[in-house]
Amino acid sequence: MQTKRMTFTNNRWLPYLLLAPQVTITLIFFVWPASQALWQSMLRQDPFGLRTTFVWFRNFERLFADPHYLVSMKTTLIFSVSTTLLAMSVSLLFAVMVNRMIRSRDAYTTFLVWPYAVAPAVAGVLWWFIFNPSVGILPYMLRGIGIEWNHRLESSHAMILVVIAAAWKQISYNFLFFLAGLQSIPQSLIEAAAIDGASRSKRFWTIVFPLLSPTTFFLMVVNIVYAMFDTFGVIHATTAGGPAQATNILVYKVYRDGFIGNNLGSSAAQSVVLMGIVIVLTVVQFRWIERRVNY
Amino acid sequence: MVENDRWGIFLAHLILIVGVAIVVFPVYVALIASTHAPGTFLQGVMPLLPGSHAIENYSTVIFEGRSNAGAPPIGLMLWNSFVMAMMIAVGKIAISLLSAFAIVYFRFRFRIFFFWIIFITLMLPVEVRIVPTYQVVANLGMLNSYWGLSIPLIASATATFLFRQFFMTVPEEMLEAARVDGAGPLKFFKDILLPLSVTNIAAMFVIMFIYGWNQYLWPLLVTNDEAYYTVVMGIQRMVTGADSEPLWHLVMATVVLAALPPILVILFMQRLFVKGLTETEK
Amino acid sequence: MARIVLDGLSKVYPGGVQAVSDVSLDIADGEMIVLVGPSGCGKSTLLRMVAGLETITGGTLTIGDRVVNGLEPAQRDIAMVFQNYALYPHMTVYNNLAYGLRNQGVDKAEIERRVQEAASMLQIGEYLDRKPRNLSGGQRQRVAMGRALVREPAAFLFDEPLSNLDAKLRVQMRVEIRQLQKRLKTTSLYVTHDQLEALTMADRLVVLNGGRIEQVGTPMELYSKPATVFVAGFIGSPAMNLIDMAYLRDSGIAPQALPSGTDLIGVRPDELLLTAPAEPHLALNGTVALLEPAGAESHIYVTLGGSDQPITVRIAGLPQVTEGAPITLYAALDGLHPFNSASGRRTG
Ligand SMILES: Nc1ncnc2c1ncn2[C@@H]1O[C@H](COP(=O)(O)OP(=O)(O)OP(=O)(O)O)[C@@H](O)[C@H]1O
Ligand SMILES: [Mg+2]
Repeated sequence: MQTKRMTFTNNRWLPYLLLAPQVTITLIFFVWPASQALWQSMLRQDPFGLRTTFVWFRNFERLFADPHYLVSMKTTLIFSVSTTLLAMSVSLLFAVMVNRMIRSRDAYTTFLVWPYAVAPAVAGVLWWFIFNPSVGILPYMLRGIGIEWNHRLESSHAMILVVIAAAWKQISYNFLFFLAGLQSIPQSLIEAAAIDGASRSKRFWTIVFPLLSPTTFFLMVVNIVYAMFDTFGVIHATTAGGPAQATNILVYKVYRDGFIGNNLGSSAAQSVVLMGIVIVLTVVQFRWIERRVNY
Repeated sequence: MVENDRWGIFLAHLILIVGVAIVVFPVYVALIASTHAPGTFLQGVMPLLPGSHAIENYSTVIFEGRSNAGAPPIGLMLWNSFVMAMMIAVGKIAISLLSAFAIVYFRFRFRIFFFWIIFITLMLPVEVRIVPTYQVVANLGMLNSYWGLSIPLIASATATFLFRQFFMTVPEEMLEAARVDGAGPLKFFKDILLPLSVTNIAAMFVIMFIYGWNQYLWPLLVTNDEAYYTVVMGIQRMVTGADSEPLWHLVMATVVLAALPPILVILFMQRLFVKGLTETEK
Repeated sequence: MARIVLDGLSKVYPGGVQAVSDVSLDIADGEMIVLVGPSGCGKSTLLRMVAGLETITGGTLTIGDRVVNGLEPAQRDIAMVFQNYALYPHMTVYNNLAYGLRNQGVDKAEIERRVQEAASMLQIGEYLDRKPRNLSGGQRQRVAMGRALVREPAAFLFDEPLSNLDAKLRVQMRVEIRQLQKRLKTTSLYVTHDQLEALTMADRLVVLNGGRIEQVGTPMELYSKPATVFVAGFIGSPAMNLIDMAYLRDSGIAPQALPSGTDLIGVRPDELLLTAPAEPHLALNGTVALLEPAGAESHIYVTLGGSDQPITVRIAGLPQVTEGAPITLYAALDGLHPFNSASGRRTG
């Protein structure tokens, strides 16, 4: 990792002093808790919290044998993939359309960026209200076509609700990156294809979409990370994991088991599993960033 | 490209207008709902046109609250959210500027090691280490305080990266000229580097303010004293706090107030926001 | 005002690159020294060592009567003009000039006086309130000069200060800088790529090659008596022709009475004539490959007979020669530069 050609010398302590605030906070609030989680994940408390024993990887063994956990994993997978697909395809559509505009581009952009500012929990409450079986607008309309909407009882309804809420908030982010990606594609390439007689949709799928693939890949990782970890608020403020665990995604389960269920060993083991997932995703993403920075 | 594709353009406008309508719809509904009287929601589906109780509803949530419905007045919550967002944004920017400065402009032992320590924060969002982090904050006696709300969140790999990238683009000769002009490290930082970074700082501020304002899980964990509730977590209490159906007109007034400040920040600083967002990922 | 003495200066970069080796040079007070050499030969490194921007890994550097090896740039009483000017983009021209003085603790009235003086000398008085981005390249160059002037330093250091300007402006600034330097009598070290700049500005010229000094001397000394093959090829444009003695011997035209060890003969393109001179001379037969008119003068590219060695001739006006036709070139014997190719040095 580079520095400047010339650096300040004769200041032995200054760099450490400058780093101290950041590093101290990282050590106290990140590294220490993370190692605590690692440690606790190998402990088990008796039911009264009187004795703690070191159990090696038994918490993990139990975890992966626990049908609830496996269901939660599957739920997380369905939730993340659906949210990612929905958020990305809608925003790609918007970006492609907006990119064709000249005068109205900024106006549309303004209308599409602000959901980024809405907290996931607030997004959840908004859609929860719209889908509310008794006063919401959508159930009223759905009733018209013969669907009786009730996310309090129907698992699939609850899942659809949280996916829509989570994806809605993420559209802005994806849209901005897709738009930037589209704008960096040289116009001359598209013109060359047009001269070669490729139709508009053919040009999109054979030229634009492949050239956009770095952006797409990057957004995919970002969206999966978002769906897995940042959507706690969406779930907590609306379905609370229900009905019948149908929306109990992994981050929500860690919280529930740790704070409400008070099962520290299992919660810590779950934390460790999540950290593993984040680290893998971050490494993948970092690889990608490096590639892009070095061209 | 010269192309006569009027239908295509028309279709694109159509798709975008419908799209924008769908994107705006939830907030429109919230705005409308917040202007109706409580009774409206007992009669079935909510109306799509504004009612006449806007002032009444908003003044209720801001100043009085409905303690029986689990809702303290949100004036204080808004203030708490603001303080938290400001502390997080300013704190993140300050400590990230300092560490990026150290990493780029100094050579010292363990430089790479420190870089990785900072990088780790990127890998471990609060959500995945909830319980132990809570325990640390509790042990430090930081529950129910502004410090507890903000300090654990202000270590920032993202901002450090952004500033590092930016500093690397500052010409080498800037430092050399400053040294010939007799500026030491801190003087150089204050007189040259900070003024050159203002745009980046502002862009980062927009992103981090929104990040801070929208925190949810963390305030939920470290506060149980109403005096420190933030508005985003407060909504959840209104929705699930009461046994009966929520008081939708008040919930939606709160939702509007909770969402408004960050939305305004984005709309007024759109250029900076886009810059901040897209540059941090480079 | 100061004498600067470089005594055996060396620089090894942390990666192990030896950029400067054992450079010794005694610069008199008020002298203008120009450093030239091919790209990567260590010119900038040497200059930056004098400035204090690179650590000195060997030798001693004296400015005035102080050894300054360990001193910070600001303590060396020097001023530097950078190739890309390195003006502070967020400060006005006035503040750019004043910044260094403020750091020295010079009082306000004195700063004002010096800035105004420098500004009027450089005719940038009307831009003092502007930011650098609102100035043209030439104006920025002047501001960069001004920043050096206001400090009233013992020495000016210039690193290719004119290379970002267009040709016309470059000539104008070259003249101005030289006039200013002569008037202020400030010791100066000037790095350039440009031959003409080097020859016209220097009191003494230093040719660097591979981190070592090839030759030091006045521009005329270097031009008329290059000490090495390298200097011979580097100074002067078009470059000096170098002809192998073996070729002359084979053609039976090798001149007698050359210093011993000579196996390479240098002839400047303008020392080659189309008519035989009266004094003893060398006659070379060849064919005209190309005639290149260039206004007041012309260049003839000739291929020598029985070899593929190209020779360049510089002639005033437009000579009557035909491409493809045979030609005979004459060079007076006392205008030849004898070298030894193994040592690369002049033999006499
Ligand atoms: N920071 C550095 N670390 C390692 N090697 C360096 C560094 N700076 C320069 N060099 C090397 O030292 C040698 C001299 O470089 P220098 O910049 O002094 O050349 P120069 O004569 O100024 O060239 P130019 O005319 O192109 O500006 C080069 O081989 C260069 O690659
Ligand atoms: Mg150089």
